[in-house]
This record gives sequence, structure tokens and C-alpha cells, in this order.
Amino acid sequence: MLNVLAQTAAGEVVEGLKAIGAGLGYGLAAIGPGIGIGIVVGNAISAMARQPESAGMARTTMFLGIAFTEALALIGFVVFILLLP
Amino acid sequence: MLETSPEVGNEVGQTAGVATPERDIARDLAKRAVWVSPLFLAVGAIGWGSAGLASAAVALALVAVNFLLGAAIITRAVRISLNALFGAVLFGYIARLGLMTAVVLVVRTGGWFATVPFAITLLVTHLGLLVWESTRVSVSLAFPGLKPAPASQVTPEENHSK
Repeated sequence: MLNVLAQTAAGEVVEGLKAIGAGLGYGLAAIGPGIGIGIVVGNAISAMARQPESAGMARTTMFLGIAFTEALALIGFVVFILLLP
Repeated sequence: MLETSPEVGNEVGQTAGVATPERDIARDLAKRAVWVSPLFLAVGAIGWGSAGLASAAVALALVAVNFLLGAAIITRAVRISLNALFGAVLFGYIARLGLMTAVVLVVRTGGWFATVPFAITLLVTHLGLLVWESTRVSVSLAFPGLKPAPASQVTPEENHSK
């Protein structure tokens, strides 16, 4: 009886640790792209302020840069849903 | 053709009627997502049955909505100011990730959700479409969005009407 209870408790602990790990991993994985997007947007804004006539090109490059950077966060997101119990 | 936003202000030094390249690119990405969707839906259906089909469809929809939402946020924020653009992009990033997470957490409670085809479709479509789109983006200052169509595809009447 005690053995069964111990196994059940251990299983729940493992499931809980999995959920905590998934959440932590997702949060940590979102930090890098956040910094990257900040750098991309900051430089794009700097370019638009310096050369307003090239704002269209800066916005095009910025949008694609944001999307590429966001792919890293999506990898973290995928790991998150794979780890979820 | 590129659409224009007549109400664009000159906060960023833009004149009225400037193009909205991010919106054009996002629409082009969504269009290409529709083109490639049969492939991913077929892979999902063959590998995981109806659950794979539905999961791949959800992933394709999320990718397209993510691009369109990101572009809409930028287009709206650019009309306000550069500061608004910075804030909107960063908070938009968090909001879009939150939206995707919420959708997946809701969808996976149903018995029909398959994680693996969803993950494969999400990552491959997002990155693949971006790489594909990168070859179609102009670096010309005169045409800041997508590359213009080759001259041979434009009839003289169409050209004249521009």
C-alpha cells in the first residue's frame, strides 16, 4: 500500500517538475529573441530617423528580421508544448 | 501592387501616401502559406490521421495569423511615432507569443490534437516561408516592398494606367 502511494506521489512530482521545466524553458527561450527584436527595431528606427527616404526599406528589413528572430522563440514554444504533461 | 496608407503622418519623416511594405510582405507570406498548406496537411494526415491533419491546419493558421498580426501592429504604430513603433513591436511580440500559447493550451485539451505534426508544421512553415520570401523582397529604395513584376508580364495598358 505504501509502495503504491509512494509511486503515485513520485509520478505526480515528475509531472509537476515537467510542467515547471516547460514553463521555465519557454520563458528563458523568449528572452533571447526579445533582446534580438529590440536590437533589430532599435537599429531600424535609427535608420529611419537618419534617412527618412529609406524608411520603406528599413521597415521591410525590420519586419523580416523580427520574423527570423521570432523563429528562435518558436523553437522554445515547440519545446514547451512537447514537454507539457 | 503596393497599397498605400494615405493617413500616414510625417512623424518618421514620411510623406502622405507612403507604401506599407510589411503589410504587403505579410499578405504575400500568408498567400504562400496557403500554397504550401496541401503538402503539410497531407503529411499530417498520412502520418497521424485526422488528428495530424487538424493539428497541421492549426499550425498553418497560427503562422499566417502571426505574420499578419505582426505587420498590422507595425503599420498601426508607424502612423503614431517611432517610440510607439518600438513599444508596439516589443509588446506585440509578447502578445503574439501569449496568443499562440493560449490557442495551443485550449486546443490540446481536445482529443484530436497531435503535438508532433503541429510542431513540425509550425517551425518548417515559419522558417521556410521566411526564407522563400527573402528571395522575393526588393532592396530598391524606389520600390521598398516586394520585387516588382518583370516588365514582360505587365501589358502596356496596365503600365499606362499606373
